[in-house]
Amino acid sequence: MKKLINDPADVVAEALRGIEAAHPELRVDHEQKLIIRGDAPVQGKVGIISGGGSGHEPLHGGFVGRGMLDAACAGEVFTSPVPDQMLAATRAVDGGAGVLHVVKNYTGDVMNFEMAAELAAAETGTEVVAVVTDDDVAVQDSLYTAGRRGVGVTVLLEKIAGAAAEEGRPLADVAGIARTVNERGRSMGMALTSCTVPSAGTPTFDLPENEMEIGIGIHGEPGRRRVPVAPAREVAAMLVEPVLADFDFTGSGGVLAFVNGMGGTPQIELYVMFNEINLLLAKAGVTVARSLVGSYITSLEMAGCSLTLLALDDELLRLWDAPVSTPGLRWGV
Amino acid sequence: MAADLDTVALSTWLREFAGAVKAEKQHLTQLDSAIGDADHGTNVDRGMTAVLAALDEAAPSSVGEMFKLVGMTLVSKIGGASGPLLGTFFLRFGATAGDEQSIDAARFAAAFRAGLDGVVARGKAVAGDKTMFDALAPAADALDAALARGDDLGSALSEAAAAATAGRDATTPMLARKGRASYLGDRSIGHQDPGATSSALLVGAAARALG
Repeated sequence: MKKLINDPADVVAEALRGIEAAHPELRVDHEQKLIIRGDAPVQGKVGIISGGGSGHEPLHGGFVGRGMLDAACAGEVFTSPVPDQMLAATRAVDGGAGVLHVVKNYTGDVMNFEMAAELAAAETGTEVVAVVTDDDVAVQDSLYTAGRRGVGVTVLLEKIAGAAAEEGRPLADVAGIARTVNERGRSMGMALTSCTVPSAGTPTFDLPENEMEIGIGIHGEPGRRRVPVAPAREVAAMLVEPVLADFDFTGSGGVLAFVNGMGGTPQIELYVMFNEINLLLAKAGVTVARSLVGSYITSLEMAGCSLTLLALDDELLRLWDAPVSTPGLRWGV
Repeated sequence: MAADLDTVALSTWLREFAGAVKAEKQHLTQLDSAIGDADHGTNVDRGMTAVLAALDEAAPSSVGEMFKLVGMTLVSKIGGASGPLLGTFFLRFGATAGDEQSIDAARFAAAFRAGLDGVVARGKAVAGDKTMFDALAPAADALDAALARGDDLGSALSEAAAAATAGRDATTPMLARKGRASYLGDRSIGHQDPGATSSALLVGAAARALG
């Protein structure tokens, strides 16, 4: 294992120290492992928190700031945070208008956030609404699985719901907008290489030099199939087809096309992929109204990418374009 | 019929369980690496180590208070799915055990059943999903049946432990329908479930410590 770390046990704690040093506008609670907006709680504004295992940076801590999250809870690498953290984050951002929990659909994350919401209701009476993201079309969604995984849509949802909260919208509206984003978004990912969890020290899965995994999750979970490495235009088709097959993206509002790097893929390759995806979308009658290209929800050093499409309407477009000021996303300020 | 179980007796169950988890830590993690994320042994061991430390420090005044402390500690220390599930088992166990200094066999069985119901409420698992439910539910049924027949707690817990072990073994051919293992689909078949395995340790520890 070659990594820029000191001790595998200290990775999360030391990264939080780095975030605190680099971003004085944020507050870091080292005991509970929280990243909090410096001006939280914002009175009268719906607070938005998220969290999950570490190793997906900039998600979630890099999206704390004006126009996006109020706080993020950092778990150990690829391990859900615990309810104490979510409860502390909920308290820290409660400005009297309720708190939205943004939860990616993984069994551990869902249960820990549920317990945190119950504790918050019992202790302080804070109104908490949870919205769960489950946009990964690689997973069969049925009664017989844990359901689809929450992936790329989470980034878009945090931005759009964050803008709605910043406008002073009530909790029910912010939660409704968040649910709309999840309902209208779909993702599909692929990997060229595995990733290595620092505490494990060895790659999560074996992927031969000449093969790639289609339908990978953001923790190196298995995908739909393993196939020989192919040119970008063929890989683009393997991502676009299942996404378009799962939802009608030909509406007049167009789409937000998000090509995301998994952590170990250079930006130049993401643009090669975006070009191919854009051509395929045009051929399928899908209008790209906005785009986002970069590594925003990663899987440590995994090489690969994911495609997320979100069907836009006027409101979602306006909220996407609204100012945002976070370490990971910043415009209009 | 043995004497009622007080907090000292019940804490031996928790110590026995913690010891079994420590001894089986590598095995649990190995089972989890096949169909999960290779941390079950480490996580439950970390949680139970914290539980023993908390019990040493707190000296709870009632059975209910003791198990509430156990549940909250597990929820705070384990994370993942096991933390809320095992934690909820003990929180509900404690709520049913109540503010008594000691509980009898019937109350123990009722608390165990309440713990199981809590696991179901939290995890939404049903029989055959390849989860800890598949070890705990047969154990609760065996415990209730044996006590209803008039067996003492010792032999009832032995039957419960045997039922949990059989339930654990029965998870091997099952197709996982909950948690991370469910992403594997058919590839989850042929692997013993790590959650059912640690749950069988919990029931086995009760038989040894309280029997």
